[in-house]
Amino acid sequence: MTVTVEKPAASAEGARSARSLVDAVFRAREISIAGALALLVLFTWVAEPRFLNDQGVKDLLLNAAILVLLAVGQSVVVITRNIDLSVGSVVGLSAFACGKFVSGTDHGVLTVLLLGVLVGAVCGAVSGSLVSFGKVPALVVTLGMLYIIQGLDYWWAQGEQINAADVPQSVLDLGSGSVLGIPYLPLISVLVLAGTAYFLRMYASGRELYAIGSSPEAARLAGVPIRRRVLGAYLFSGAVSGFAGALWLARFGTVVADNAHGWELTVVSAVVVGGVAIVGGTGTVWGAALGALLLTTIVSALAVLKVDSFWADAIAGALLLAAISVDRIVNVRMTRALRKRSAR
Amino acid sequence: MNRALNRVLLRWDTAVGVLLVAVFLTGLGTTDGFASHDNLAFAFNDIAEVALMALPMTLLVVAGQVDLSVASMLGLSSALTGELWERGWAFETIVPVVLLVGVAGGLLNGWLVTRVGLPSLAVTIGTLALYRGLASVVLGSNAITDFPETYAKWAVDTTTVPGTFLTYPVALFIVLAVVAAVVLHCTGLGRSLFAIGAQEDAAYFAGIRVKRVKLLLFVVAGLVSAFAGVVFTLRYGSARADNGQGFEMLVIAAVLLGGVDFDGGKGTLFGAVAGVLLIGVLKNLLTLNDVANEVQVIVTGLLLVASVLTPRMAKRLAVDG
Amino acid sequence: MSQSVPVLALKGVNKSFGAVRALRDVSLELFAGEAHALAGENGAGKSTLIKALAGVHRPDSGQVLLDGEPVVFHGPGDARDVGIAVIYQEPTLFPDLSIAENIFMGRQPRRPLRRIDHKAVRAQVAGLMTRLGVDLDPDRPARGLSIADQQIVEIAKALSFDARVLIMDEPTAALTGSETARLFAVVEALRAEGAAVLFISHRLEEIFELCQRVTTLRDGRRVASEPLAGLTQDDLVRRMVGRDLEELYPKQRTRVGETALSVRRLTREGVFRDVSFDVRRGEIVALAGLVGAGRSEVAQAVFGVDRADAGEVRVGGTALRPGSPTAAMAAGLALVPEDRRQRGLVMEMSIERNIGLTGLDRLGRAGMIKRALERGRASDWAVRLQLKYGSLGDHVGVLSGGNQQKVVLAKWLATEPAVLIVDEPTRGIDVGTKAEVHRLLSSLAADGLAVLMISSDLPEVLGMADRVLVMHEGRLVAEIPRAEATEESVMAAATGLGGKGRSAA
Repeated sequence: MTVTVEKPAASAEGARSARSLVDAVFRAREISIAGALALLVLFTWVAEPRFLNDQGVKDLLLNAAILVLLAVGQSVVVITRNIDLSVGSVVGLSAFACGKFVSGTDHGVLTVLLLGVLVGAVCGAVSGSLVSFGKVPALVVTLGMLYIIQGLDYWWAQGEQINAADVPQSVLDLGSGSVLGIPYLPLISVLVLAGTAYFLRMYASGRELYAIGSSPEAARLAGVPIRRRVLGAYLFSGAVSGFAGALWLARFGTVVADNAHGWELTVVSAVVVGGVAIVGGTGTVWGAALGALLLTTIVSALAVLKVDSFWADAIAGALLLAAISVDRIVNVRMTRALRKRSAR
Repeated sequence: MNRALNRVLLRWDTAVGVLLVAVFLTGLGTTDGFASHDNLAFAFNDIAEVALMALPMTLLVVAGQVDLSVASMLGLSSALTGELWERGWAFETIVPVVLLVGVAGGLLNGWLVTRVGLPSLAVTIGTLALYRGLASVVLGSNAITDFPETYAKWAVDTTTVPGTFLTYPVALFIVLAVVAAVVLHCTGLGRSLFAIGAQEDAAYFAGIRVKRVKLLLFVVAGLVSAFAGVVFTLRYGSARADNGQGFEMLVIAAVLLGGVDFDGGKGTLFGAVAGVLLIGVLKNLLTLNDVANEVQVIVTGLLLVASVLTPRMAKRLAVDG
Repeated sequence: MSQSVPVLALKGVNKSFGAVRALRDVSLELFAGEAHALAGENGAGKSTLIKALAGVHRPDSGQVLLDGEPVVFHGPGDARDVGIAVIYQEPTLFPDLSIAENIFMGRQPRRPLRRIDHKAVRAQVAGLMTRLGVDLDPDRPARGLSIADQQIVEIAKALSFDARVLIMDEPTAALTGSETARLFAVVEALRAEGAAVLFISHRLEEIFELCQRVTTLRDGRRVASEPLAGLTQDDLVRRMVGRDLEELYPKQRTRVGETALSVRRLTREGVFRDVSFDVRRGEIVALAGLVGAGRSEVAQAVFGVDRADAGEVRVGGTALRPGSPTAAMAAGLALVPEDRRQRGLVMEMSIERNIGLTGLDRLGRAGMIKRALERGRASDWAVRLQLKYGSLGDHVGVLSGGNQQKVVLAKWLATEPAVLIVDEPTRGIDVGTKAEVHRLLSSLAADGLAVLMISSDLPEVLGMADRVLVMHEGRLVAEIPRAEATEESVMAAATGLGGKGRSAA
């Protein structure tokens, strides 16, 4: 017979404090990024007041718009404990494809956007199928896809470039126009952001993405259709990247084959800095968007402060390291605290 | 069933070796000048840095880790070499300093992984950006050239070990590859790498100094990458911050293509070497046949995907069969 | 009690994995309102049977019958949809998600447009908690929950989809007495409501306490399905093993020598305090106590896997450097950990390499490994421990639980330790191998080894130990010599200050 025990059940107090501890920790992340952002903006504005003039703010928002979109897409993948390193080349391919499509024609904005989404979705479908059905490491596969898509892009382009002059005005208007003083692009990004956030919270398939990242084993046992969800996540990430490519065309008009080359690491940094754990299961797209905003603001601030833009990469890397270190330390402390509260 | 699985993996190893020979023979048969002394010297010298970095990478992957920052360290080391040379430092002083920087970089990776307890993938994504960024900070977009001939001549493909088509970097690679193979397959350290990669907890409970071993691996990777940076700089005669960009993927492709399991705990050094040589030979054949650079990039991507997809397929076939 | 048609049944089911025939022509009937035990040694096929019922495996032949009708499960989801719930020994929950989300994953109540109704989720979970008589916060993340609480969450999950069949796979292995009592009460209540319960356990007394009928498997075949009334524990053991077992706890008389291990005032903040004891050569000292008393933690601190904040450990009179398993091994300590799968063995590695892992510096010169030495070390110990295996190059993962434990023992005994610390030496092992392990420990002690045995199995403690040390909430509260050790005296000490004491038996 096993030994007996008289153990008091976890007190209600202990339970409540466990929950509030977790809440506090998660909110702390978003607050600290917002805080860092505010400090950075303040500091830069003091040093160079033109940073926050009308055009300056518009530029900040415009620059962030595309990275925010990519961060939203990447978050959805990272939450499932995967990664998509092909996003940069998808943006490039999509921008070029859309550019070729509209060059010298009269096609409307909507068609262009749809084409972008389609191109991206196809790329996402390939990556997603390989990862979910092939059961191969996402890192390697999406890196392979990065090369394949990039190569295809270069091959197709053959050094050609799309000129703004050939792009229909309606498309360019999307990139430069604004409503109520706020440029279209950031608005669109915010819409996509909000929509994704809503979906992740209110829909079972969204919650299942978190489940897959939190414990793939438990998800399997719970009957979560893991392969379908992961494929869906990559489809979304691809579609969003393709969409971002179309927006790139709208914004810049001029497209070369190697746009957004090397962006994938910035995107991953933004997402992780924003609180989406690289191992999945936690984080919000809001946080990821904040992370993206922070990173683009850093780049803008560096330019305004006349600091070598070469520092940007190093800073992004250092921030990523800081973010995951903090994540880890907090995680360990929190688990310890939660264990103690449950044992009370 | 497990014996069959083992056989599959071993077969994969030998399959890559066979594939290498097959591609080589195809090259011999179809491409003029492929088997010439000059071309072979060039072909293998061309992937010398990738090959060198693939050795510690193999050990890392077997232990369940990965180091994506190797190419960035190569770039940083190249940038430093150029900058210090430009400032008039003696080359004999530059090399040890650069190697020390490599060790420092490895220590940072290792410290974050072992002391802070972070996954090596995330850490080395960060240091990939950090080191490449630092390289840009050091050298900007400049290119430094005019390195001393006494050293440069050892790195170029026109200097070979007498009687062979092996250049000195490649010869060094072969020597180090033998050392790595012995370490991995015949020493206690090697056994511990397999244990750490397969079940780290059990390795720790068996008295293996897991943290120390991991730290060592990252330091070696940093050191070798820094050395590869010097070799690269001398070979091309040009130091640039973006040297070696993208090499980390070639290194990983080579290692994975060679049958080393990305999840850790399985693989052979022979396979990794075969993978490296296969990539080198393919690259050379494509160039000789005037295949466009873009297509070569696509082929690299396809190889990368194949390197992980094919072993899984083979495993599934073995299980079902 | 039972209806004529079983709720869930297997009929002539066969299942093989490669060359291994896990189930041979097995039939089983589960009736509503009955608790049915599934007994058998490790490797008898219990785990495969459960997985067949749960939809994880498809039978190669034979049928699964639901309410008398054949049914095919394409996955665990299908089984769950018809009301079959499995509670595993170590539940897998989503650590980052709340308890409420864990319970309702994939089946959340919806609002219009298929949106999740978070309020309804919370309310339903609160209701489930009340029904179970438990007080867990639905919004709390699952991370850090005790195993007992995790199981409650799993049961709540089962209730939430109106499970008709509850399959429980060794649920009590990691539970304390009162947690087990709480679990049994919940199961009783569910049974009274008409659920069918399939209960797998190695603990015979629990089977007799909780269940009405028992099915025994041996080597993949069904030996018997019969009511428990009228059976004795010996009968059950005989069915499982197929032979009469001699005494389960063979204790040899030994001569006790000098002190091999000396622990003084070992402390780790929040875990254990002021723990002092000696283990002498030739002794088997048991370390008893409730789950959570800190015993494994003490062992791990002694061995150096965890740090201690204060205190000293001496091996053979020499002070041991803390925090270093390497130093501990050099001094002659060995620790067989509680968790075989994660900490005891590298599942994907071969038997010989696993056994060699603790002696990597001794299998050759200058850090090199001589294959012949590695193989010889493994085969020597395989023979001594009567290990049942195919070839030394096989992965340990294919061995049965009992044989896996032998590999762990071999690996540590091969280091020729002076002190052997074993944590739950026979957990999850079949009866036959259990006796072998006990015999081994006895003979090792007789040869002069000092053995510290941590065990939650009271009969094992009482049967094997020369002295019983009892821990309670991090402190060593009693040292009871063999002559005075009884269930009552040990349990009184384990619950502290002579508290409740009585088991739920």
